[in-house]
Amino acid sequence: MPETFEVVVNGDVVRVEPGTSAAAAILMAGHGACRKSVGGEPRAPLCGMGVCFECRAEVDGVRHVRTCQALCRAGMRIITDGI
Amino acid sequence: MGSERGRKIVVVGAGPAGIAAACAAAEAGCAVVLMDDNPTAGGQIWRGGGGREAAQWTARLEASGARCWYGACVVSAAGGTVVAERDGEPMRIEYHELILATGARELFLPFPGWTLPGITGLGGLQALARGGVPVRGKRVVLCGSGPLLLAVAAHLREHGARVEAMAEQADFGRLVRFAARLVRWPGKLAQGLGLQWALRSVPFLTGAWPVAAEGRGELESVLLRTVQGTRRIACDWLGCAFGLIPNAELAAFLGCRIEAGVVAVDEWQRTNVAHVFCAGEPTGIGGLERSLAEGQIAGWAAAGQETKARALFGRRADLHRFSAELAEAFELRQELKELASADTIVCRCEDVRRRELAGYGGWRGAKLQTRCGMGPCQGRICGPACSFLFGWDTLSGRVRPPVFPASMGTVAAAGERQRREARV
Repeated sequence: MPETFEVVVNGDVVRVEPGTSAAAAILMAGHGACRKSVGGEPRAPLCGMGVCFECRAEVDGVRHVRTCQALCRAGMRIITDGI
Repeated sequence: MGSERGRKIVVVGAGPAGIAAACAAAEAGCAVVLMDDNPTAGGQIWRGGGGREAAQWTARLEASGARCWYGACVVSAAGGTVVAERDGEPMRIEYHELILATGARELFLPFPGWTLPGITGLGGLQALARGGVPVRGKRVVLCGSGPLLLAVAAHLREHGARVEAMAEQADFGRLVRFAARLVRWPGKLAQGLGLQWALRSVPFLTGAWPVAAEGRGELESVLLRTVQGTRRIACDWLGCAFGLIPNAELAAFLGCRIEAGVVAVDEWQRTNVAHVFCAGEPTGIGGLERSLAEGQIAGWAAAGQETKARALFGRRADLHRFSAELAEAFELRQELKELASADTIVCRCEDVRRRELAGYGGWRGAKLQTRCGMGPCQGRICGPACSFLFGWDTLSGRVRPPVFPASMGTVAAAGERQRREARV
């Protein structure tokens, strides 16, 4: 069993395994969406491979990060965009 | 071409084609740099592992001496230099030969409700699950088209998902003909039969496709059009994609000729642009074996090892025949063009609806007037959809830098290079 570690999503602590994407952490924290669209709809990952930008959120102070491509690190702080 | 030790070769894309190209070129004595946007090697097919074959290739890559840069997004390339962005910082790498192995992505077609959270691609859902998105005990419906449907269903079931149904848009008859022709490729036939057996308890609907997804704020159910009429299935996840399309944006940006949506190459995998090669899915969707063969040919050819490259020509020709069978069997039906209603969002970045796109004769006009394709994905999702729905050419000669969204610092670094070239 690989050693798990904690990340923070919108202030909530989530325990994840190495290799977990930030997108997965958002969903595991119980947030169904990553961002709000220009028309105000909730949006969540579509392509899962860094192309569609639907999973973008703020990671460690950097905005518009594609969370499906970003691997969790211990202590990572993720903030969903407008959701 | 001539062999030359120390020749600098940059390979863009570390999926099977890119790994194979980098191995071949590095083993021939070239100085190879392999770059990829993803955090690790393997591309989409070997994301998060990939079994023995993947392990063998990655071990060979490590032993080859090729330098690997992961998490590096190529934003521009011209005149012997690739500009990429990594951790927000620009990086520039010079090359004598450039090999594009940029892979493929899924084709998404808009239908009512397709923007609800819980709806992903097929490979998309698999990739998310490999990244730790929990699927155990979840009700999953998979639909769209292509061999990925079965592969993803099997993978998700292994990870505890409850796959409620699989819906393939192609008719049963086409699939039977395809299966009959697979006897020429026993490995692929065995793979297909193995998946069918593993999935024998899951309803597999043919000539069926999604007509709407429903839910308040998130996915609750999908409506499938089947030969027996419309069926509503409750689900937590809907994986849906209508086959694969080449990632040809970088090739188009470099001026490579695109024919029928794929990058045109000669027998050495050379494009029409000097010193630019292309291998794998961008030259035509064909799967793992074709990508490995083309990658090696490109790597050997770029390194000047014609004899070694030529040795794989026969294998490649055979795999090209498989690609043709694949394209015929899973050709998209015309009814799918009518899935999106007037009110359905086509461009998810800018929330542009189908009705707003009516009356435009082409991609450029629609982009300028409606902002369709002008968001962060730069039309990578809605462009191919518009191409299918309206017949618009969304690729050739229309890709501008940066090829991928980048920080202003990186854009400036790329622009600086272009200005210096313009002066010479």
